Amino acid sequence: MRRLTNILWLGIKELRSLRHDVVLTVFVVYAFTMAIYTQARGTSSEVNNASIAFVDEDQSQLSKQLIAAFYPPRFKPPTMLAAGAVDRAMDEGRSMFVVVVPPRFEADLRAGRRTELQVNIDATAMFQASTGASYIQQIMTDEMVRYLRRSDERLGSPMRLVVRKAFNPNGDTSWFNGIIAIINQITMLTVILTGAALIREREHGTLEHLMVMPLTAFEIVMAKVWSNSLVILVAATLSLLIVVRSILQVPIAGSIPLFLAGVAVYLFFATALGIFLGTVARTMAQFALLIILLIIALQMLSGGSTPVESQPPWLQTLTLVLPSRHFVTFAQAIIYRGAGFDIVWPQFAAVGGIGLAFFIYSLSRFRESIATSR
Amino acid sequence: MPAAPRPVGDSAAIVASVAHLRHRYGGTTALRDLSVGIPAGCMVGLIGPDGVGKSTLLGLLAGAKRIQSGTVMVLGGDMADPRHRNAVCPRIAFMPQGLGKNLSMELSVFENIDFFARLFGQREAERRTRIARLLEATGLAPFPDRPAGRLSGGMKQKVGLCTALVHDPDLLILDEPTTGVDPLSRQQFWTLIDDIRRDRPAMSVIVATAYMDEAQQFDWLMAMDRGRILATGSPTELRGRTGTVSLEETFVALLPLEDRGIGGPLVIPPRTPSAAGPAIVARHLTRRFGSFTAVNDVSFEIDRGEIFGFLGSNGCGKSTTMKVLTGLLPASEGEALLFGEKVDASNLDTRRRVGYMSQAFSLYTELTVRQNLWLHARLFHIPADRAQARIDELVARFGLGVHLDDLAEVLPLGVRQRLSLAVAVIHSPEMLILDEPTSGVDPIARDEFWKLLVDLSRRQNVTIFISTHFMNEALRCDRISLMHAGTVLACDTPAALMAARGSGDLETAFIGYIADATAEPATTPAAAAAAFGSESAATVPFRPGSPPLARLLAYSHRETLEILRDPVRLAFAFIGSIALMLVFGFGITTDVENVRYAEFDQDRTPASRDFLAAFSGSRSFERRPAITDIVDLQRRLRSNDIALALEIPDQFGRELAKGAAPEVSAVVDGANPFRAETIAQYARGVTLNHLQEESRRRPRGPDPVARLPAIEPRFLYNPTFESIYAMVPSIPPLLLVLLPAILMAVSVVREKELGSITNFYVTPTNRFEFLVGKQLPYIAIAMVNFMILTVMSTTVFGVPIKGSGPMLTLCALLYVTATTAIGLVVASFTSSQVAAVFVTAIVTMLPTTQFSGLLQPVSTLQGNARVVGMLWPTTYFMHASVGAFTKGLDARLLVPDALALALFIPVLLGTAMAVLKRQED
Repeated sequence: MRRLTNILWLGIKELRSLRHDVVLTVFVVYAFTMAIYTQARGTSSEVNNASIAFVDEDQSQLSKQLIAAFYPPRFKPPTMLAAGAVDRAMDEGRSMFVVVVPPRFEADLRAGRRTELQVNIDATAMFQASTGASYIQQIMTDEMVRYLRRSDERLGSPMRLVVRKAFNPNGDTSWFNGIIAIINQITMLTVILTGAALIREREHGTLEHLMVMPLTAFEIVMAKVWSNSLVILVAATLSLLIVVRSILQVPIAGSIPLFLAGVAVYLFFATALGIFLGTVARTMAQFALLIILLIIALQMLSGGSTPVESQPPWLQTLTLVLPSRHFVTFAQAIIYRGAGFDIVWPQFAAVGGIGLAFFIYSLSRFRESIATSR
Repeated sequence: MPAAPRPVGDSAAIVASVAHLRHRYGGTTALRDLSVGIPAGCMVGLIGPDGVGKSTLLGLLAGAKRIQSGTVMVLGGDMADPRHRNAVCPRIAFMPQGLGKNLSMELSVFENIDFFARLFGQREAERRTRIARLLEATGLAPFPDRPAGRLSGGMKQKVGLCTALVHDPDLLILDEPTTGVDPLSRQQFWTLIDDIRRDRPAMSVIVATAYMDEAQQFDWLMAMDRGRILATGSPTELRGRTGTVSLEETFVALLPLEDRGIGGPLVIPPRTPSAAGPAIVARHLTRRFGSFTAVNDVSFEIDRGEIFGFLGSNGCGKSTTMKVLTGLLPASEGEALLFGEKVDASNLDTRRRVGYMSQAFSLYTELTVRQNLWLHARLFHIPADRAQARIDELVARFGLGVHLDDLAEVLPLGVRQRLSLAVAVIHSPEMLILDEPTSGVDPIARDEFWKLLVDLSRRQNVTIFISTHFMNEALRCDRISLMHAGTVLACDTPAALMAARGSGDLETAFIGYIADATAEPATTPAAAAAAFGSESAATVPFRPGSPPLARLLAYSHRETLEILRDPVRLAFAFIGSIALMLVFGFGITTDVENVRYAEFDQDRTPASRDFLAAFSGSRSFERRPAITDIVDLQRRLRSNDIALALEIPDQFGRELAKGAAPEVSAVVDGANPFRAETIAQYARGVTLNHLQEESRRRPRGPDPVARLPAIEPRFLYNPTFESIYAMVPSIPPLLLVLLPAILMAVSVVREKELGSITNFYVTPTNRFEFLVGKQLPYIAIAMVNFMILTVMSTTVFGVPIKGSGPMLTLCALLYVTATTAIGLVVASFTSSQVAAVFVTAIVTMLPTTQFSGLLQPVSTLQGNARVVGMLWPTTYFMHASVGAFTKGLDARLLVPDALALALFIPVLLGTAMAVLKRQED
């Protein structure tokens, strides 16, 4: 009972301190509004405005028809290149795709002679190259089938593969990015808030002050955990409802309370990480340097940037210990796929288990750091 | 002790004067309409408590601060005129407040002084002789290689003095040089100054001090309070004018009536010894930190109700002893008993009987007075009704009523200390442990504070254990213990201690004890005088014609030594880039392999099986058990069991045969749109291949597919289309902007935060020398990183440089020069290291990841994004890096990138120089 009231009042003190810290408060508000919006609306991996050029050695009606089939927004209006200029255009990065239409292409096609179209692809543009290439192939195939059928009415149509995207029919990247942005901000801000709260107490000498009072390290840490978690949970909830659902118009397929419950479990880990870093770093500056390195690594490896399934198998095994990975997994499952607790419970359990272990470790480190500080 | 006082007041001999000087920091006024002329060639003392504007005035005189309003004339010219300032700054030396404030703690004694000598353009031979002499004179000669951070407070101040004297200044400005220094070192310090003055009689010295006994010895004093000068004159004059005996009383008498405080002088009634056992017993306490012994075999006993004082300098072990007694720190050896019980950090009950007030104000400054009091009442579990009464009582007794709803951070120092005390006694403890509670507090507030202590001790029998470095406070204690370098030298009543040494004041007694303990003579005038005497003969006057790059290289040299000795920043610089290279290299990959799919075949004809065989034969796909019905399909997509479902309709085979274009539907998990798109396009590719093969194998008559030409994709630069070849060369551009910019920004802002930037303000260093001097080591670090990343790329990831390596290296050199300059720009307007780190990270990450061609080729960007991309250096280095590694571009093709990168350098550096302040505000 005493213990609980101590944790309660220390936590309320924490909230008051945060409210007074204008910079951090503004940062939290910015991170959960503007930052999420811009990240969601920012770059997309869709093929947009792809730069395409043609080397038209045929100069026929068909080749003109092929060129005309590429138009914005997916492709920039095609530019024309002389046959010898292909390498230079690709080297300088002016064109991502160059299509070469050989001489007598139309005539060969009509006569049924073997001919080929060459598509040069800048294969260093990983996010657009293969998708773009497949669009080009599809557009040109459709164009040529249309052309052939116009000249020969006997031709039928082959089978068609109709691709439907479940959960995000238009492949809108802002849906994906919006949720990833929230997840990233939750990790980053929770760690910053909790760690900064701890270091601030140490730098101001108030931590020492708390330690001479009848309080235990557990109470001091728990107070920071609940208060900072609460702030982030409220901010994330508002951000999800207002920024993501209302403004970005991302439909949320699953249960919001279930997602928030998952966030709460994750926050337990994130606050423990903040406490841990707060004990490792001696000053705010060191803390800031550590955060930058750690947060980038956590975000990169958790499946938020590129899918976990694409990582090398050994790395996939390794990232299983990252709660952020499980967080991304269950967030996507609940929000896009509408998964219920029956599906996501293993991730909840993993986050909770790793979080608890880390919390216990951080707490012991915190005790130790108090005992050995000058 | 001091040099013979000289007659003062001759108007011709004025070293500096100020007129109508005003200075504000945001909403607080530091100086209000100050006018005074400061006599030359003597010791001028500036007295007054903390926060009255002493440091501001000295900063303005030294040229470290920008003049806001009024005039400052120093050494015959206007300090507002940059030309005059540059001309006289080699003749002024400034030692800012704080132990070793302008020193670099990582550097050794010699290196610190050497840095200053270099800033003043002295050649190596000259530097060596001068430094050797200074070290000899200050008694630092045995420790030239000891890092400044590991020196005692007194030694730090001596090093500070050496750095100030290395260029023979005509005006020496010292801001509280002896605060927190032990009495022996203090005495040595002043002897040293006197020796120097004897040697260079023309030198003027202006000193701010909080010790009135020191000020007693000066030639001329300025008493300051609340941004105004109360009075000026020699100590004798001032005492005579006010009819007081001690300078402390003089100061109080000079204050306006309303500020003099209430009640009469402090009276301490005698103590009636208590019958109960001792409150504190320390037996052979020893506390070590690593190899350093902070507290060495300390034993004492304190009776209940006694006021027991701990007297000693900063770092002598007072605070550590107190922390051991409160259970904050475990003792390495020996034991401590509180109320007869062994101190045990886990015993919360003892803590309830003790109140503790630590050295610095350690309450929550962001809470109000009321909130602070209530928080502590709650944490001590005082029932709400009793707590209210207790808080009311304390507020009344400690005079906090008018401040109840003020934030603690806006309170004057004296009120803050009273609040600290109120909080420390809120639970009516039987014992109070106070660690230097009155540091920096003005004499009146200090008396008020002591009245409260006396009341607690005498009327409520609270045991008070207090540490201080003020002699007059020590005199008020029942008993004191003299502490020096971790050991207790003596312990008795102040009177008994003085009697034992046969000295009239406590300071002399203390100095005697220290001298005995350290076997160091109390003063070494002969040696010092000899050292300076010989110097005067050989002194080389300051030569302005120093090598042009000397100051720039002085900064580079110091920065290099500092970063090499800072493990955290060094680790960030090297381990950071290696670790992130691994994370990015392995973690970011766009390769999609082994897509889990399942078939939902409602046709089950040879045609449908043929089609599905195309998928099961593809390396990109991994088949899972077939889907049984539509519910199963949805469930398995939802649980992420499959990422693709192939649904073949009834009648598929029949319609295919008719050429009626049957539709097969592929349902892709769209949660991750990029992955979904890739899977979709794999599926289309497999389908198209299947169709073309089918039509070749058994021509079905009117099939247009059979007549289509081959569309031959040529994946240039990266024929296997593995993302590693594109991603790995993109990582160095990313890391070489983020890490060097952050390190650079931190290095400059760190100087602002720690105060060593004052060296830049008061020495002839210009902006270019300062910025570029600090930049060079980081360019070198970044280039080493570039080499490491290149080697990793080749060996760990197997991505070698196919194009021009030398040209890429040149581009890298230009690039990191530009990116460190970005750090300089950020540092020029941020003031805290944390802000510098986050601002740099945010400012660099956005354009680097979004607009530089990492995720999206620059050629596909439009509008503002395109403009930002073109104006950001990463764009060009990204092109050069990917070009040289993967595209195999030769040197000629990388020239445009190099030229573009080179253009960024003057622009960024110019911006940083324009924004960086040459003086403090």
